[in-house]
This record gives sequence, C-alpha cells and structure tokens, in this order.
Amino acid sequence: MSPEEAVTMPTAGTKLRAEHLDMVFTRDGKSTPVLKDINLQVSVGEFICLVGPSGCGKSTLLNTMGGFLSPTSGTVSIDGEVVHGPDSRRIFVFQERGVFPWLTVEGNIGFGLFKLSRSEREQRLAHYVKMVGLQGFEEAYPSELSGGMKQRLEVARALAVDPDMLYMDEPFGALDSITRLTMRGELLRIWQAERKTIVFVTHDIDEAVQLADRVVVMSARPAVIQQIVNIDMPHPRDISSPRYLELRDGILQQIGLAHKI
Amino acid sequence: MAMKKGWGDLNLLVRLRPIVFIAILLAAWQVAVSRHPVHILPGPWGVAGGIADLLRHGLLFKYVVASLFRVTWGFVLAAVIAIPLGLTIGWYRRAEMAFNPLLQIFRPISPLAWIPLAILWFGVGDASAIFLIFLGCFFPLLLTAINAVRNVPSIYINAGRNFGLRRADLVYRVLYPAVIPQLLIGLRITLGVAWLVVVAAEMIAVDSGLGFLIVDARNAGNRYDLVVAGMVIIGIIGLLLDTAMRSLEGVRSFRWAYSKD
Repeated sequence: MSPEEAVTMPTAGTKLRAEHLDMVFTRDGKSTPVLKDINLQVSVGEFICLVGPSGCGKSTLLNTMGGFLSPTSGTVSIDGEVVHGPDSRRIFVFQERGVFPWLTVEGNIGFGLFKLSRSEREQRLAHYVKMVGLQGFEEAYPSELSGGMKQRLEVARALAVDPDMLYMDEPFGALDSITRLTMRGELLRIWQAERKTIVFVTHDIDEAVQLADRVVVMSARPAVIQQIVNIDMPHPRDISSPRYLELRDGILQQIGLAHKI
Repeated sequence: MAMKKGWGDLNLLVRLRPIVFIAILLAAWQVAVSRHPVHILPGPWGVAGGIADLLRHGLLFKYVVASLFRVTWGFVLAAVIAIPLGLTIGWYRRAEMAFNPLLQIFRPISPLAWIPLAILWFGVGDASAIFLIFLGCFFPLLLTAINAVRNVPSIYINAGRNFGLRRADLVYRVLYPAVIPQLLIGLRITLGVAWLVVVAAEMIAVDSGLGFLIVDARNAGNRYDLVVAGMVIIGIIGLLLDTAMRSLEGVRSFRWAYSKD
C-alpha cells in the first residue's frame, strides 16, 4: 500500500491526519529540507511505529504531530481540528530524561492533575503508581530510581491525565536490553487495557514489529514515507514465527540493510 | 559490631584531621615567631590576645554586626533585583543578546573602582559601603540567573507546556524549581564576593566594621596583633557564611542537581 492510498482511504475512526507536511530548517542562511510531503492517517486506538535511518526526521515528524514544531507547510489535524500547539489530551513521552528531578514519584505523576479535586487526584495517583509498579517509591526522587523505573514513571505521568494519544520518542532507547523487553510488554499491556492511540518513534526494527499495528518506514533525509507495513499478527506475537521474520526482514530490506552481519 | 565501631573511629579521625592540621600550623607559627627576633608578624598567642582585647572592649561583636549589616543589605538588594531581572533576560533570547555586551563591559570593573563615585553619590558612610557590595554582587548574580535559565533543558519546558500550564504556572512550577540549584551555587559564590568587598569598602568609607578595624589598628599605633585578629575573624565568618549557604544544597528537592548521576 502506497502512502497516497493511505490518505485517500478514509476510515471511520480517524484520530490523526497529516497532510502534505513539509519541514525545512533554516540555519545560518542554509536551509535543510527535513520532511517532504508526509501524508499519514492514524486510526483511533491504533499503535503506529515510525522507523527510519537515524537523523532522518522521525523525531521532527513526531514533534510536529505533537504541536511542538510548526510545519513549513501542510497541516496536522486531530479529531478534525488543526493542531497549533501542545495539548494535555496528547502527551509526549520523552526518554526518561523528561521526568522532573525536583519532584518525587508522586509529585511527577500528579503533575498534570492540578485541575482535579484532592480525592480524585489521590485515587489516580494510587492507581498509576500501582500500574507501573512503583509502590513503595512514592516519596523517592528520580535520582534514586533506576533508568527503567524513571521510564515507567514518565509513562505513568503521561497516562495519569488520561490522554487520548501518546507520542513516544524512542522511549526505551536508553534502557538495557532486558529492561527494554519488559517495558515493551508493559506498554502493550497498558495499551490493550486503555486503548490509547500511540505514535512511537524507534530505530529498532524488532521493537517496531513487536509493538505496532502498522510500521511507517521513512527514508533518509529529506524524509518521505517509503512504505507502510501492516503487521497482521495478533498479540502476543511469536517473535520466532516465520511471519514475524518475514515482516521484519521485509522492513530491513526496505531501508537497505541486509540481515546478515 | 566491631566493624561498625571501626568505621566510627575512622570517621572521627577524618573529621578531626583539619583541626589537627590547623593546630600543627599554629604551633609552627608560634615557634617561628618566637625564634625570629624582628617583628614582621605577631604570633598566634599575640593574635589571641588581640581578639581577647576586642572582646573586652565590646568591639568584636559591634564590628562583626556592622560588617554583616552592610553585607546583608548589599547582598539582599542585589539578589532581589538581579535574579528576577536575570531570569527575565535569560527567558527572552533577544533581551539576552541586547544586554550581553553591556554586561561584559561592566563585569570586569572591580567594585573598588567605584569607590570615588560611591563617595560622591552617597557620602562617607553605610550607604556607600552597601552600594559597593551591591555592585560586587549584582553582576555575578545577574549572569548566574541568565545562565541558569538558558541551561534549563527545553524538555522540561515542553513537558510543562504539554500538561497545559499557562505562562505563570510554567514559571512557578517548572522554570523556578529547575533554576534554583544553580541560583544557590551563584548565591553562595556571590556571598563570598560580598564579604570580600565589605572589608575593602570599610577601609575607605566608614568608621566601623572589620575592614575599618584593620586599617584603624595600623594607623592608631601599629597594633599588628589586632590587624591579624581582624583577618582571622573575617576568615572564620566567611567560612560560617559559606557553610550556611552550602547546607541549603542538602535540601532533598534540590539535591538532584548536585549528584553526579
């Protein structure tokens, strides 16, 4: 399926629609095109992974969708409304660097809950502390936590405001491989329970094929969408099944990486 | 148990080490002075006598209070003006670009170079000394505040905006906690500067305080024991001020910025 087809094929529950997105960075009089005519449609509750060579503009695209960057031309609209800035209905999860180091675990998770009543806030806090397995660490500061715990804390902070969408920018990139596997499992569990729409940037093809409903493969800069791959496997996915390997190798080939080392 | 006791002893030894070292130096000083017939430096015993003299005449307390009074006023005035101004300048990139050259011109001018103007504007007295301390503190604090804002990772600001904070809340809940640790370091260093400047200012512009004591002791009868007594007291009070400021760095919600993690 080509990207054009993806756009012209409207589905009932479209959450996000990017149309003809162009992004050009200008610095010292030199302009660098980063994104070129990006068209993408994401359905409600869908899990999308963006993959591509490093520095290709995946994060730029994510930041544009999140409202932190304005596109040079084109629009991003969510629920039919054009995005003009960040919004608390759509939370961006950075690598664990995004947690506030001056707040405790509870302070971080409760950060976005300032509009709620006290009892409601405490209920949410308890729920999400438990969901990400940080019981007993409510009063701890991030500097006292491990990388994986900080990452879970940031996910909990995002989920606590009950957003419809999560943008995740290589959230597990800085974790060791065992923690990363555990975190993938937990994210899938949370996604299945809460059905958020997730746009997830990764440079790890395996991660993308394990998590996503669809994998968006981007080219080197200026990035265009090369291919959108449907991962037609139900969860839990058998990562040594022939179908899995076929899908993964297809993507590897698409970005020009032979699967032999 | 035995192990624990061993550690306790070791700790005590480590704590006593600087005191033992100072005691050895004092002894060496006393021996050297008593062996040398020409008086180029009073011995520690003579200095102790000088301090006792000052105590007896009620001057020690009076002069310390006078000096601390000037430092407090100059330092607090500078902090109250320079920190909000610096935070504002740092927040707006254009303001920073406009102010920076001016700042770099004023910064290397020693506050002591302002003494003639200070006397012209404020006369001989407390106001002049306070003005000089204010100048000595103002520029370092302004620069600290500007840099503190500029060093706040944009990830924190973006996260704050993402959760729907308006500008006032963003300043209060994100910017302010993020800059406090750096401001504290700046305040600590600047308090040291203030203490340096007060002594110099008191040598010229006033008739009380520790700086005045040093000049007066020499002019009125070459009481070098009192000169060195003044120096020792200045050093000890400087140490106490620094220790007090440093203890703030141990506050739990600031500690993240000082850990190596």
